Amino acid sequence: MARLDLFQAMAARSRAVAAAATGESVLPRVLLTTAAVLFLVVFLMLPLVLVFMEAFRNGVGVYFESILEPDALAAVRLTLLVAAISVPLNLVFGIAAAWAVAKFEFPGKGLLVTLIDLPFSVSPVIAGLVYVLLFGSHGFLGPWLAKHGIEIIFAVPGIVLATVFVTFPFVARELIPLMEEQGTGEEQAALSLGASGWQTFRYVTLPNVKWGLLYGVLLCNARAMGEFGAVSVISGHIRGLTNTMPLHVEILYNEYNFAASFAVASLLAFLAVVTLALKSCLEWRYGDQLAATRRH
Amino acid sequence: MRAIPFIPARSIIPGYGLAFGFTITYLCLIVLIPIAGLFIRAAGLGPAEIWAILTDERTVAAFKLSFGAAFIAALINAVFGLLVAWVLVRYRFPGRRLLDAMVDLPFALPTAVAGIALTTLFAPNGWLGQFFEAQGIKIAFSAAGVVVALTFIGLPFVVRTVQPVLEDLDKEREEAAATLGASRFAVLRRVIMPTLLPALLTGFALAFARAVGEYGSVIFIAGNLPFKTEIVPLLIIIRLEEFDYAGATAIAAAMLILAFAALLVINLVQVWARRRYGAA
Repeated sequence: MARLDLFQAMAARSRAVAAAATGESVLPRVLLTTAAVLFLVVFLMLPLVLVFMEAFRNGVGVYFESILEPDALAAVRLTLLVAAISVPLNLVFGIAAAWAVAKFEFPGKGLLVTLIDLPFSVSPVIAGLVYVLLFGSHGFLGPWLAKHGIEIIFAVPGIVLATVFVTFPFVARELIPLMEEQGTGEEQAALSLGASGWQTFRYVTLPNVKWGLLYGVLLCNARAMGEFGAVSVISGHIRGLTNTMPLHVEILYNEYNFAASFAVASLLAFLAVVTLALKSCLEWRYGDQLAATRRH
Repeated sequence: MRAIPFIPARSIIPGYGLAFGFTITYLCLIVLIPIAGLFIRAAGLGPAEIWAILTDERTVAAFKLSFGAAFIAALINAVFGLLVAWVLVRYRFPGRRLLDAMVDLPFALPTAVAGIALTTLFAPNGWLGQFFEAQGIKIAFSAAGVVVALTFIGLPFVVRTVQPVLEDLDKEREEAAATLGASRFAVLRRVIMPTLLPALLTGFALAFARAVGEYGSVIFIAGNLPFKTEIVPLLIIIRLEEFDYAGATAIAAAMLILAFAALLVINLVQVWARRRYGAA
């Protein structure tokens, strides 16, 4: 009996030693936590809080006036339109790319994946510029487009193109690792049981990746609605016509109309908060059904 | 049998032709052809003109600011990102999950919104700017403001690359080191840091690469004075607005080459770190 007590005492002591050796004591722990929390609060929370405070600074009346004014409404409509076109395009692309990369073995796969990620390492301003050089009046196709009366630069198609460019990899890079991890076993089983290729995709692959797909779409949409640099180069800033919400924020801000600027900005900040909330929900609930190693 | 590029091994899974064909067509139309167009335009300028544009005093100043500020911001992010990741993974405190979710805010918040918010925050009469103003330090409308904006947008990269590695870190290795007589500091330095280093370097490089090309959050806070607080992406836009297509193209091409070179270095560093310190 005494021997058992001794063992227990020894075990307790070694656990305490291990805890002391692999963790920090209370003081450094509190100091480190305080520093990290302070940093996050000052750097992330304060700007977010400030957007909403500034938006309502001149009262609720001014706030609603600013976001219901025709130019602001036109900006909201254009932003929704651009996202409604570019997100589905990149969704289809993401699925196609993930199917080819994850379900097949072929030489040159690494190169293809690198090329898909390429838009992330291109400055948004350059993303806009490449289309200006292609479709602008001095561009390769500019004269031809002008002759046929097709407007791309300083018009909605250009804004959509620039947005598609900067949001290009979002869905693909979420789906590729996920589908690679899941392998082809289930698809092969479905096919050998007589399912067609489309049925296999629709009833086997798609349900397996649905949360990952939603996750990719969520990030893609947030970036599509918030893109500034690329769209700024290509839009021409025509009020009521080619002004997206982020561009409208800039114009109002540069006119020193801060309350209105922050009012429109608060809509975008609200979108960001909703995106983060949904994203966190997905991670907590379905974390095991998202790409295991996530790099942004 | 010799492998032919992009031709897959035999498989019973259908749809490769359609999926690959669509992928490559879309990739070419949206990304590759437009970027190739930029380089063709740049090549058409001739070496003398390109050299004149790139060695122009204003261009050089912009490159120095963009790369210098991005480097400092990435360094700040490496330090604070590591701290945040460590605290989020290792310690338990109220509000931890909320803060964890908040880390991705710079990804989700449109850059223009971040830009006007940070500018108002750090302006001389702003919530934080007034304290710096009292010390005679100017943050908004100076190079320091550029660093602040770039730190904001780069933060999630370091946290999100270090965090998973830290979560997977085997506590038993730390315990083993401790039972062999290593002090806590020695464990941190010789067991934990080497494991984290590849992820930390990757996060640093990603934050740096993102910061170099950043535009939206910077232009509000920078003040945008030529030679002083003008970043490269802004200079490209200014050249474009002056209808100086040659200038815009040459600067953009140089910037792209540097960005791709940075990408290559990142990959090499990762390979090196993996060999030196094991899988990460």
